[in-house]
Parts: sequence; C-alpha cells; structure tokens
Amino acid sequence: MTDHKQPTVLCKISDLIPNSGICAKAQGTQIALFYLPEETPQVYAIGNWDPIGKANVLSRGIVGDINQRVVVASPLYKQHFDLVTGECIEDSEVTLPVFAVEINEDSVVLTD
Amino acid sequence: MINVVVIGNGMVGHHYVEQLVNSEIDAKITLIGGEPRPAYDRVHLSEFFAGRSPEDLALTTREHYAELGVDAHFGDPVERIDRDNKTVTTSCGRTFDYEKLVLATGSYPFVPPIKGCDHQACTVYRTIDDLGNIQAQSKNAKVGVVVGGGLLGLEAANALKHLGLETHVVEFAPGLMGVQLDTGGSAMLRRKIEALGVQVHTSKATQIIEENSAGETRLEMKFADGDSLATDVIVFSAGIRPYDQLARDAGLKVGERGGIDIDYHCKTSDSDIFAIGECALFGGRIFGLVAPGYRMAEAAISQLSSDPIPFQGADMSTKLKLLGVDVGSIGDPHGKDPDSIAYTFSDERIEVYKRIIVSADGKKLLGAVLVGDCSDYDTLLQYFLNDIELPKDPETLILPYNAGSEPALGAAALPATATICSCHNVSKGDIVDAIDAGHCSLAAVKSETAASTGCGGCTALLKNIVDDEMAARGLEVNTSICEHFAHTRQELFHLIKVGGFKTFDEVLEKHGSGRGCDICKPTIGSILASLWNDYVLKDQHVGLQDTNDTFLANMQKNGTYSVVPRIAGGEITPDKLIVLGQVAKKYNLYTKITGGQRVDLFGARVQHLPAIWKELIDAGFETGHAYGKALRTVKSCVGSTWCRYGVQDSVAMALYVENRYKGLRSPHKLKSAVSGCTRECAEAQSKDFGIIATENGWNLFVCGNGGMKPRHADLFATDLDDETLIKYIDRFLMFYIRTADRLQRTSVWMDNLEGGLEYLKRVVIEDSLGIAAELEQQMSHIVGTYQCEWKTTIEDPERLKRFKQFVNSDQEDEQIVFIEERGQLRPATEQELQTKLQESA
Ligand code: SRM
Ligand SMILES: Cc1cc2nc3c(=O)[nH]c(=O)nc-3n(C[C@H](O)[C@H](O)[C@H](O)COP(=O)(O)OP(=O)(O)OC[C@H]3O[C@@H](n4cnc5c(N)ncnc54)[C@H](O)[C@@H]3O)c2cc1C
Ligand code: SF4
Ligand code: FES
Repeated sequence: MTDHKQPTVLCKISDLIPNSGICAKAQGTQIALFYLPEETPQVYAIGNWDPIGKANVLSRGIVGDINQRVVVASPLYKQHFDLVTGECIEDSEVTLPVFAVEINEDSVVLTD
Repeated sequence: MINVVVIGNGMVGHHYVEQLVNSEIDAKITLIGGEPRPAYDRVHLSEFFAGRSPEDLALTTREHYAELGVDAHFGDPVERIDRDNKTVTTSCGRTFDYEKLVLATGSYPFVPPIKGCDHQACTVYRTIDDLGNIQAQSKNAKVGVVVGGGLLGLEAANALKHLGLETHVVEFAPGLMGVQLDTGGSAMLRRKIEALGVQVHTSKATQIIEENSAGETRLEMKFADGDSLATDVIVFSAGIRPYDQLARDAGLKVGERGGIDIDYHCKTSDSDIFAIGECALFGGRIFGLVAPGYRMAEAAISQLSSDPIPFQGADMSTKLKLLGVDVGSIGDPHGKDPDSIAYTFSDERIEVYKRIIVSADGKKLLGAVLVGDCSDYDTLLQYFLNDIELPKDPETLILPYNAGSEPALGAAALPATATICSCHNVSKGDIVDAIDAGHCSLAAVKSETAASTGCGGCTALLKNIVDDEMAARGLEVNTSICEHFAHTRQELFHLIKVGGFKTFDEVLEKHGSGRGCDICKPTIGSILASLWNDYVLKDQHVGLQDTNDTFLANMQKNGTYSVVPRIAGGEITPDKLIVLGQVAKKYNLYTKITGGQRVDLFGARVQHLPAIWKELIDAGFETGHAYGKALRTVKSCVGSTWCRYGVQDSVAMALYVENRYKGLRSPHKLKSAVSGCTRECAEAQSKDFGIIATENGWNLFVCGNGGMKPRHADLFATDLDDETLIKYIDRFLMFYIRTADRLQRTSVWMDNLEGGLEYLKRVVIEDSLGIAAELEQQMSHIVGTYQCEWKTTIEDPERLKRFKQFVNSDQEDEQIVFIEERGQLRPATEQELQTKLQESA
C-alpha cells in the first residue's frame, strides 16, 4: 500500500457472507474479503486475481483449512491459498498480496 | 569457494545452476546466456501457440537468480574461451575468470543448403524468438510447409495448424519419425495425421525455393522429382546441430560430425571444462532429450564434491502426443538384431499399431513401437529398462484385453531399481524408502520424492506401487475423504441420515474436526441436498457450494459464467427458441448448441446473471442444473410421433423422466436418454440410465458413460411398463446416491460394486435388502420438494446481493476482455488480454 494513512472503508459487515467471500475494489485493486465469524480475526483479505487460473475469481472459492492453515480454494483449478500469508500451498513460488483489514464498528476497513 | 562459469542458459544450464546452488558445494556462479531471456521450458514450446505466454513458459526469472546469488547475464553470448588464462569473453567484450567452466550451449536447427532458404518466410523452430518470427510470417498467410517429418517437425506442423494455416509436411525419407518408428508405425502415424488434415509428402528432396510472383502464395518449392508445392511460410526442422564452435576454437576435442566430446565425468578434453546437455557427445551420441541432459548436469556437479557419480548414458524411449496422436517408442524400434523376433498388432479400423521386438530366446524386450494407443507404454518400458523376463507369450502384452490372458505387470514384480518417474529420477526403491520413513500416503510420497510432479506420466504407476506397498505392510489404505472427516462418503451419508443432521456445522461438530475444506464441504452439501432437498443457497449451505453452485452457473476460464436453461428432452417451441436468441443478443452472450441437446449461453458477467435469468424465467424457462452434480439432460429421439420406425413415444417419456429427476443432487452428474426404437438414435446406452423402446414397453440400461472412459451401459430389465420403469429408476438412483463415493459416476460405481450387475438387480428388482420402499419414498420426497433454484434466487433480494462484481462499486471487472470471432464474442487469450490492458493503460 502507498502512504494512505486514512483507513478506507470497504463495506459494511452486513455485506459480508459468513464462511464465504466477496470482492471489494480499493485504489484500483480487487480485494477478496472472507468472513469467518467464528475465527480471530474474523475478516481476511487477499488479492482477487488468481495468478494460476488468470482471472479475478478468488473471492468465489470455498474457504476451509489445510494442516491448520486457513485457506481458500481457487474455483478454477482448485489450488489453495493461505489467507494469512497469501502463499499457494501447492506451489510456494506463488504468493498473493495480503491486505490488512479490520472491523471498525459495523464497517470493514483497509488499514495500513 | 570455487569459481564456476556456466555458458548457456537453456533447460540444462538452468538445471545445473539450480542443483549447484542446492548442493553443499560452496560455489561462486556466473551464468552467461545467449538468448535475451532466462531459461524457459523448450519441451513445451508448442504450447505458445495454444495461448501460453513466454512468462508461463519461463523456468525462472532474473530476480530469482539474483536471490540465489547467481551473477547472471543475458543476450550477450560468449565468443571466446582462453584456456591458458582461464577466461571467457562475450561479444560485448566483457571478460570473466573461471576455475571450472561448464558448456551448456545446446544446439541449433540445421537448415539444409537449399537455394532460396534465406528468404525471410523461411523459419526455424527452436526458441521463443523463432516462434514470434513464425507468427509474424504467418500473418495473412494461407499455407505453411514444414520441412522434416521427425518429432520436432510434427510439433512444428501442429503449430502451423494452430495458426490456421493449411499445413504440409515434406520429408526426405520414405516415412515419418524414422528414428523412433518402424515402417508400419510410421505408416499408421501418417494415416492418422492425414486424417487431421495435415498433408504429408514423403521421399521428397527440396531443390530450390523461389518467390512465387504469379500465384496466390508467396513461395514455391521445387522438388527433385519434378513436383512442386506452393506455400507462404516454410519451417525447417531437418535436424539439430550442437553449438560447438566455441569448443572447436578453443581446441577442445569434438566429434567428427559435431558435438563436444565428454567422458563419464562429463569432462571435455580439458579437465577444467565440462560439457552437458545437447552440445555434448557421449559414447559417440548426442542425447536430444532433456532428461539425459539433467543427468549430465547432476554428474558434472558431483565432480566438484567428494562423492562423484558417473554419467552412464541414458535411455531414449519417448512417449508423446503429436497433433493429438499418441506415439511411443522404446529401445530399438527397428529390430536391428537379426535374431530378434517381432510381434505386430495392427487395427486399421481404430487406427492402432503396436509392435514389440523380443530377444531370440523370447525372454527380453528389446524395443517397442506404439501408435494410436500408448496405454501399454508404462508396462513395456518397465520390462525394457529392468530386463524383466517376459511372459511366455509376449504377444499378450500388446493384444487388446479381451483377446486373452491378463498381462499387466504388477507393482510387486518390479525390482527396486526400476525407474518409476523419469522426470525426477525416482526409482521404486526410493518410493519404498519414503514409505519406510513414515510417508504413508500417496500425497506424502509425492512431496517427499517429487515423483509424478513433472509430466505426470507416471501417476498411475506410482499409485499402484504406493497402494501395493502399504497393503504389504498391513497399513490401511486411507479412505477418509479429507483431513477433516475420517469417513468415506458412504459412511457420511449414513451418519447424516441416521443423525438427522441438517447443516454442515452439525456434522462437523459430531463427526469431524477443523474447519472443513473444498472437498468435504461440497460433498456434505450434496448429501444434505440428496436427503432433505433444501434450497442450496440458504445461509447455512451457501459456503459449502462450489462456485458453480453458489452462482447457479458454470464458471468459465475468464471468470464469467455460462447460462444453461433446461430444455427437457431437447424439445423446444419456436417462441422459446426466439427468447434464447433475444436474451443472448441483449447480453452479448456466445451461443452454442451443446452435446446434451440444449443451448448454452456463455460469457455472462456475475452481475448480469440475475437479470438474464429473470428474462428466461418470465419466458417459462427453468434452471438446467448444468452447474450441479445433479441430473443434467435426458436426450431423446423424435420417436413414434414422427419417425416411421418408432414404437413408443420417446419424447414424452424423456420429458417425463427429465422433469421427474430434475434438481436431484447426486455423487456425480447424471445423464439419461430415451430412444424410440432399437436404432438407438438418442444414444441411451452411453448414459447413467438409458431407456429404449420395444414393441412391448421399455428396456432399461444402467451405468453407461461417455466422457473420459466410455462404458457401455448394461441391460438391466426388459419390456417394462411405464410404472415399473419409473419404479426401478427411482430405486436405482437412490441406491447409487446412498452408496457411491464422492465424484463417482454410476459406471465406476458399478465396476466397484461387489456382486456387480446381478447384485444390483437383486437389490432393485427383488428388493433383497428390503429397502425398496424406503428408496422410493426418499425419491418421492425429492420429487415433491423440487424448486427452480434460479426462481427462488431472483425472488429474494438477500440472495441477490451476492451477484455483484464488487461490494463497494458498480464498475465492471476490466480484466474480462472479449474478442469478436465468427460473429460472436469469445474470451481474449492471455496475450490479447495483455495487449488490451496495455492499450487502455
Ligand atoms: C457445454 C458442453 C459441451 C458442448 O459445448 O457441447 C459441456 C461442457 C462441460 N463439460 Fe461436458 N459438456 C457437455 C456435454 C458432455 C457430454 C455429452 C452428453 O452429455 O451427451 C459428455 C459425455 C457423456 C457423459 O458425461 O457420460 C460430457 C463429459 C464431460 C466430463 C467427463 C465425465 C466423465 O465421467 O468422464 C466432464 C468432467 C466432469 O464432469 O468431471 C465434463 C465437464 C464439463 C464442464 C462442466 C467442464 C467445466 O468444469 O467447466 C463444461 C462446462 C460447460 C459450461 O459452462 O456449461 N463433461 N460432457 C455440453 C453440455 C451439455 C448440456 O447441455 O448440459
Ligand atoms: C519444439 C521442441 C520440442 C521438444 N520436445 C521435447 C520432449 O518432448 N522431450 C524431451 O526430452 N526433449 C524435447 N525437446 C528437446 C529439449 O528441448 C532439449 O533436449 C533441451 O532443451 C536441451 O537443453 P540444453 O540446455 O542442452 O540446450 P538448449 O535448451 O538449446 O539451451 C542452450 C542455450 O545456450 C545458449 N547458447 C548457445 N551458445 C551460447 C554462447 N556461446 N554463449 C551463451 N549462450 C549460448 C543458447 O542460446 C540456448 O539458450 C524439444 C525441443 C524442441 C525445440
Ligand atoms: S470436452 Fe467438455 S470439458 Fe472438455 S473442453 Fe470440451 S466442453 Fe470443456
Ligand atoms: S515421469 Fe514425468 S512426472 Fe514422473
């Protein structure tokens, strides 16, 4: 991220889909947001672009865990991406951008 | 620290550098590549024309080399080696010292000295730059000719076909792929390739290439026999020559016909200089394949360590798909040993040719040729590589299965030295060691040994060995569906049914652990739907669905979706057909008649799906469940209403069946068809359940399949009346849904069902398990609770909020770009996408 000190509001919590993802756009970038109400933190944000499938689709994958790492599975070719580090489990050379997000009252904001 | 300079950054030079960095040897590495870009995957070069970009083909990047601490230079070839001062100098005049020098300069295409071969439309096929050149020369061209009918020439022919050119192959010898194939194999290959529209000209020596000022094409080729051929582009693929000039100039020993002479240590005649890969000559031969080059690189590196391993030559067996045709060649395909015995199997109808060459005593395999069917390749290669004694009647190895005894070579029969994965040089012994060290699953063995992570050709064999070894150790073969549930799908179905669970969370809490994943979530989602038939997008179910089910549409490669309304039995009124056209036009959707007798509209952006479906539903359409593991289509033929042979109304039956089972969720998709007489125009015998009319009623067939591994359906019951037919189908489907594995089609389920068809008949027809009533009742619950998921969805604003590209903006995804082709849109290829995005930036 650049020198934005002002946190950007991405959406309301009520816009999120529990245990699943949606996509927001901020500063020209597509950000996939995943809402896991039972976890801490509750919201995860990674790039929406699938560098292997080559399309903006990661927000539409299934979330789950593999060896205790919280992951999303790409809906195109099913590779798993770690929601915390952005790393691709099947190919450690591929890493997605991760974004710092927080829940602020009833909003989801991009910090950093 | 040892100072190593590597010349050449092809596949082998790259492998050398990577392996050296990963070794214990403390080395300062300088790498000098002649091409402008770091190493890329030359073996898969042809995929460039199928849309793979140079970035996709790359094996590494400049940044990666920098991270590894390699001093890498590109686009500046080495011009001179000074052995006295131990330096190399590049064409830009830079000089580097070395202690050890490695030549990995590869080879270049040989262009025969034919008059006119320097025309700009005469190209070669070796580097990414060559491909760019072929592409440029093919603009506005109609015809392309490849000179050379070897392995690479046929690859090049495929490329020209991809570029849309009328393609010819001109070969000097009497047959194609003369090195790898015998005459019969080569003839069958020719036949298959000609059937694909590539014209083959053999025994043709090109004498002159002239500008074709009069004709429609750019060039004219004239042959020694007086024939000629008009073309726009020529690709020379007449063999390769090692890049050995550097070595010659430096006074190193080279072979008579080229190639830098090396010994077992991959050392040249100067013991501080190594040569590896396609520039090296070992035992008088050049290995034109990548795997031997990798072995040379490893041998050369080991010379710098305390534990040197020699290079011992390599096997040149190959298995490939050329223009979609399977071709395999093992050992000596020509039977050079005069005492050898050959067995040949040839079937011109299915265009398969197989030949094996066996030693005089009938015990050893010396060579093999396979064209059109490579399924025996793995087994034959193991016999060859490991000198395994052949069965008494070696011909059984290539005869079609039903011809006699079962020849497959079991995993247990292989010796520990047998190479299983040649990409990563993994032997059976390595696999056994990995299992002994506690890596007790296929996945664990894969990640431990790297076996089957290259071309993937050894996957089936690897699995056999792992299963076999685990069984031999009394280890249970793990049947858990994933790390979250230690159960099979069948067990889960039972647990959910008995426990009356209605949500994934309940099942997870009672029987699983962790959070779930993309395997167990959709499986349990499907079981819940089969049992209770809830709306799949309810809050508690939505996170379980694959994207296709979440958006009730199939995701396409660019992230857009397809729209497939149900057209039961393939019957549609003109008015509805018009609506499909109107909707497609309005939303600019690509329109295609599918293989399932209906119409598919492709390229819908996620935010447009609800509006599209609203219009379709208003016109009387319903969802077609093309996205679900559910009933897809019931195909029909016109039947007795119109057809002079029809004996029953097949259309009416197809409509009834499709409407009865639509929406039924199952372990895998379900397909059906109804034919009006034995002529079988609806292809019912290739379906999960197929119905064929008889004078007296209906014959029911089950467990047929098209797709990857076709299976003919089995005749299940004959001359049924309507009611009995439906009763049997209800029971059959529900029994399948209860007992099949995840993603197991009925065909595979049947093949694994203990007791097979007879058992299934007893359960369904005779009710031997006493569950028939329950199965029927379950089906009637599903039929009674059917809803069109799209209708429910568009009526619920809460559900619709998901159908947006961005939660916080109405913009479109600008990375979805379409190109017009044949009057409709299609997704841009990766290259087109890059160009468009750059233009708009
Ligand atoms: C559109 C269509 C091709 C066409 O242009 O004609 C098609 C398209 C797809 N097929 Fe198919 N199949 C289509 C007819 C067939 C047929 C022919 C038929 O049904 O008569 C077969 C062989 C018959 C059979 O299934 O036994 C067929 C065998 C497959 C298979 C292999 C199944 C197998 O058991 O081996 C797959 C892969 C899978 O399901 O795992 C597959 C998968 C797919 C997928 C879902 C691949 C994917 O995940 O993207 C494609 C989705 C397209 C979409 O977005 O709608 N498709 N597919 C056809 C749609 C029919 C329809 O109206 O619903
Ligand atoms: C279309 C095609 C399909 C193929 N398919 C297969 C297949 O299916 N299976 C298989 O095993 N093999 C296949 N091959 C062969 C395989 O690609 C080669 O065996 C392999 O690339 C050889 O690697 P190398 O590093 O020795 O040579 P190369 O990959 O040719 O690399 C040598 C590099 O050295 C550079 N160089 C040369 N001279 C100098 C210099 N003086 N200074 C600096 N750099 C220099 C060259 O520019 C080049 O980049 C195929 C080849 C092609 C072209
Ligand atoms: S055969 Fe079916 S799955 Fe394969 S590309 Fe064609 S439509 Fe897609
Ligand atoms: S042989 Fe290619 S991956 Fe094993």
